[in-house]
Amino acid sequence: MSEILTKSRARNVFYGGSIFFVVVFVALTVQSHYYITNKSTAGMELTDEVVLGKHVWERHSCINCHTLHGEGAYFAPELGNVMTRWGAMDDPELAYEILDGWMKAQPSGIEGRRQMPYFEITDEEMRGLAEFLRWADQTDTQNWPPNDAG
Amino acid sequence: MKYQSQKVAYAYFLVAMGLFAIQVMGGLLAGWVYISPNTLSVLVPFNVIRMIHTNALIVWLLLGFFGAAYYLVPEESEREIFSVKLAYLQLIILVVGTLGAVGSYLIGIHGGREFLEQPLWVKLGILVAAVIFLVNISLTVLAGKKTAITNILLMGLWLLSLLWIFAFINPDNLSLDKMYWWFVVHLWVEATWELVMAAILGFLMLKLTGVDREVIEKWLYVIVATALFSGILGTGHHFFWIGTPSYWQWVGSIFSTFEVVPFFAMMSFAFIMVWKGRRNHPNKAALLWSLGASTVAFFGAGVWGFLHTLHGVNYYTHGTQITAAHGHLSFYGAYVALNLAMFTYAMPVLRNRAPYNQVLNMVSFWLMTGGMAFMTFTLTFAGTIQTHMQRIVGDYYMDVQDQLGLFYIMRFGSGVAVVLGALLFIYSMLVVRREVVKPGPIAQPGE
Ligand code: HEM
Ligand code: HEM
Ligand SMILES: [Fe+2]
Repeated sequence: MSEILTKSRARNVFYGGSIFFVVVFVALTVQSHYYITNKSTAGMELTDEVVLGKHVWERHSCINCHTLHGEGAYFAPELGNVMTRWGAMDDPELAYEILDGWMKAQPSGIEGRRQMPYFEITDEEMRGLAEFLRWADQTDTQNWPPNDAG
Repeated sequence: MKYQSQKVAYAYFLVAMGLFAIQVMGGLLAGWVYISPNTLSVLVPFNVIRMIHTNALIVWLLLGFFGAAYYLVPEESEREIFSVKLAYLQLIILVVGTLGAVGSYLIGIHGGREFLEQPLWVKLGILVAAVIFLVNISLTVLAGKKTAITNILLMGLWLLSLLWIFAFINPDNLSLDKMYWWFVVHLWVEATWELVMAAILGFLMLKLTGVDREVIEKWLYVIVATALFSGILGTGHHFFWIGTPSYWQWVGSIFSTFEVVPFFAMMSFAFIMVWKGRRNHPNKAALLWSLGASTVAFFGAGVWGFLHTLHGVNYYTHGTQITAAHGHLSFYGAYVALNLAMFTYAMPVLRNRAPYNQVLNMVSFWLMTGGMAFMTFTLTFAGTIQTHMQRIVGDYYMDVQDQLGLFYIMRFGSGVAVVLGALLFIYSMLVVRREVVKPGPIAQPGE
């Protein structure tokens, strides 16, 4: 084995193979990029409202308590399907109202229950956030999560 | 210390250990909030604590890598570092950036992509620091002797810095955002950082066991080849459920399964080198950490990674405490323990003293490793119950969490052991001046 596999051969296999896999990966990424924009997330328009909502989501670092499509922290419920859970997937007004009510009721202050902070969010931002969560929910995630519990 | 400029590593290691202490104390606090959720909930909510915990981890690991590079490159290249001043400038930028990030998290200013929450100016600072580092270390290597160790180390550091570009790319489309986010997160820990890990482990084996360089370097190329061949397409194990095409379920499952190979190879490498080696190096603690790192990396990344990497399994476990269990043991074994191995090896040399702190240091190894193992087990049990109740039965998240209290108490307990271990490690590095337990007389082998 040591005869056939010299150090310089091992090195060349490493370089050559890595370049090959990078090329394959980049090609699949490009394809996935198109698939995402044209197919899996195309069910709802990516409006300014949705983008605003994404910025609100980021500014308050919701991801460090919640998961979104299963990624994030594990301290609070999954939100990628929260609009389905609330039955508000097809009703933007209802989505806004439930979300607004929820956010304004925080923190619950209940002793021994995990607390969600209170966030300063304007009405416009709150509408954006609701639309962002609806937009995330309509994404084709290969039927994940397995059920509405998230 | 053969070269004066190696001394910069000392400053890097000191800052890294400081942040390590902050990281584990932040983790302990986050673990406490799971048990007593009203703690600090208004002043410093869980998400802020968690950002400090994970960001401190990443920064100190990187500082450890930079320090390790400044330590080992002069010895490998057989020359002084191109510019010591630049090395200190780089460190100052990183320290200012880190303090700035922690400060702004505490007053509520941060981004919102997990692990990449740093404000833009801090991200740019990290980029500048990385460029300074690459210039500095590359000029050193180019002017000196080139070895496989420096070659692989530099390649890993160049590529991981290049990937940092994706920290600035945040598409409005959430699924695209997630896809490119993994270019930093996965391609760091399961590709480029593995190159750094292999290089540092190779260096430690070279010094501690005295095995022939040719043998070590050939192993290294085989290890890093298996790492990249599996790890690049293995990124697909994060593209199952985020809006990416369904073929990733097969690509991701198959290639990420092979990601176990480099970790198994690194563990075998470490043990075989020690077995073959004739050198009886006095720094036993560094040897323990090196073997421990490669072993725990195999379990944390390899075994606990494989546990949930097949898409049929991941469909149910995705984003549960199973993920947290794996995240902890893999980071600990592969990168925390490896850095601590390097510190343990280099600090006595940098401080110009014989390795004098072995016993306490080895105790800290077992405290930390035992603590992390226990934490991993409790989180795995919690995650299994969570997966069943929430993903199969369909119980609501918060109701399930209410059933898991006992596991979170045990996680906190193991966290206490880890914090004590970490503090003991730092104490044994910085304070202890001579061996605390006298070695016994040299015994004649019996019969
Ligand atoms: C040292 C190397 C590794 C480190 C540091 C590491 C760390 C992590 C971390 C922190 C996460 C959670 C990311 C998040 O917040 O969403 C994660 C997720 C994951 N890792 Fe690793 N990992 C390593 C190696 C591996 C390997 C070798 C495998 C497979 C064999 C693997 C399989 C997975 C999978 C499938 C997930 C997604 C879990 C989910 O669906 O929730 N990891 N890893
Ligand atoms: C005192 C010991 C520690 C405790 C009590 C602790 C606790 C925690 C907690 C509560 C979280 C948040 C999990 C969630 O989102 O629900 C977390 C996340 C995390 N911690 Fe720790 N931790 C400790 C030590 C460590 C160490 C030593 C490492 C590195 C090896 C580490 C790496 C991480 C990572 C990578 C995450 C994010 C995990 C993910 O996204 O999957 N922690 N930790
Ligand atoms: Fe991964």
